Amino acid sequence: MIKISGLNKTYDNGFEALKNVDLEIKEGEIFALLGPNGAGKTTLISTICGLVEPTSGTITIGGYDHKRDYRKARELIGLVPQEIMLDIFETVWSTMQYARGFFGKKDDPALYEQILKDLSLWDKKDNKIQALSGGMKRRVLIARALTNEPKVLFLDEPTAGVDVELRRGMLEVVKKLKERGTTIILTTHYIEEAEELADRVGIISEGEIKLVEEKESLMKRMGSKTLKINLAEKIDSLPSQIEREGLSLSDDRNSLEYSYKIGANSGITSLLSDLKSANISFEDLDTEQSSLEEIFVNLVNE
Amino acid sequence: MNWIGLWTVYKKEMQRTKRVLFQSIVSPVITTALYFIVFGSAIGSAIAVIDGVSYAQFIVPGLIMMALLQNSFSAASSGIYFPKWIGSIYEMLSAPLSYIEITAGYVLAATTRALLIGIIIYLVALFFTPLPVLHPFWALGFSILVSFVFAMFGFVVGLWANSFEQFNIIPTFVIAPLAFLGGVFYSISMLPPFWQTVTLFNPLVYMINGLRWAFFGITDVHPLWSAIVILIFMTILIGIIAWIFKTGYKLRK
Repeated sequence: MIKISGLNKTYDNGFEALKNVDLEIKEGEIFALLGPNGAGKTTLISTICGLVEPTSGTITIGGYDHKRDYRKARELIGLVPQEIMLDIFETVWSTMQYARGFFGKKDDPALYEQILKDLSLWDKKDNKIQALSGGMKRRVLIARALTNEPKVLFLDEPTAGVDVELRRGMLEVVKKLKERGTTIILTTHYIEEAEELADRVGIISEGEIKLVEEKESLMKRMGSKTLKINLAEKIDSLPSQIEREGLSLSDDRNSLEYSYKIGANSGITSLLSDLKSANISFEDLDTEQSSLEEIFVNLVNE
Repeated sequence: MNWIGLWTVYKKEMQRTKRVLFQSIVSPVITTALYFIVFGSAIGSAIAVIDGVSYAQFIVPGLIMMALLQNSFSAASSGIYFPKWIGSIYEMLSAPLSYIEITAGYVLAATTRALLIGIIIYLVALFFTPLPVLHPFWALGFSILVSFVFAMFGFVVGLWANSFEQFNIIPTFVIAPLAFLGGVFYSISMLPPFWQTVTLFNPLVYMINGLRWAFFGITDVHPLWSAIVILIFMTILIGIIAWIFKTGYKLRK
């Protein structure tokens, strides 16, 4: 759906926001772009959507070059920016009308009605934007981006500063859009969002794409699990026969923690049998899977 | 051409004019009407007839021209500055709109706003003095072209400006003084010869006198010169705007 190759952006002040970015987004997928603040997430999205002029490199959207065939390329795109950049004196309804009009499409009240209802904004349609709460303004940003029925939707941190319930609602809308076949590119700080929604994850740091991978395989590859063993009795130190890499005794000496890579050679069986031969009995076992967040922090710190 | 897109930019701007009706239309009309009442009716009755035209009549084309210049400029400059400032310009930049469509939408809306003000001022002035128009085609032609040129000027300045103060510089420090010194209230033939020559370097003299000629057939400069000066300005501004289109200056980072 989107092909980016050799994309560079150096701002006038010399700041290199994007360094030789190559990226491909597949049709119908949800792609989550993760990265710390200032990593280049917004610059990348803004460049694809035509707000930022790239220094070099090419972008095609649905096969259309984003500069040469900019009309056809942009017709496919809906953009939800990070900041609430709306004409606050307009009503929700006219914001929808103008948004569709800019795309050269005829007014479509039935479409606006459906979008506004999906985003629980229908009863606010005649309100001025300035009278809406922050969360509602954010939903208006999404609503107006859907008025041109985009094939690709960019969501630049759509849930930043939105309360939990509203966030749930937004995630539902995103899932619904995906079901209809919309390709979605999402940047976020909330890793659980990426974890919940994304098919693939891209990690960007200091303007470079560090990694692009299927979420599942990324979690499998990078993810480690921790086995927590609650002991029946405290022990003073680890007996030498059970000592091994990844095993540690907790500070309160009540439990053992063993971290291992998911897969065949986890070492759990041999650990448990060694515990038995060392006469250490335990009451309970518990395992924890590391989240995308930990994977992400590890990658960025590499 | 994305005609619906262009029409949407235009319509949104006209909607803004309606929304701030008091500031956009009523206030300039009242200001001009006050000039007219004080200088035209009150003081003007004591001033001799100039070339067969009463003083009250004499100042009307100049006042209309001044209103066109200032309002087309400020409508276009504030029009493009506002979305740039709040960031909502992204709506247009991420849409399949060309620079020509965006610019045309703003410039045509500002031209329309200025012409509306000009027409209202003309109608208000009719209450005070008869105002036959000798060359209606030229009166309309000069009005439309000048509004169009100054709307482009305003658009460029609004795009360039980084603060509200910057785009107020031009109307206050350039347009208003040049209009006042450009023969809104007097014929430049009343000036000493040296100042007459200096005044001829003021482009607004040609615009004001162009409209006065279209109204009454009297002018300090040949109407052809008025047309030429307006066309020169139009060429310069179209040139600047073409350069903006090419470079994306201040529109795209």
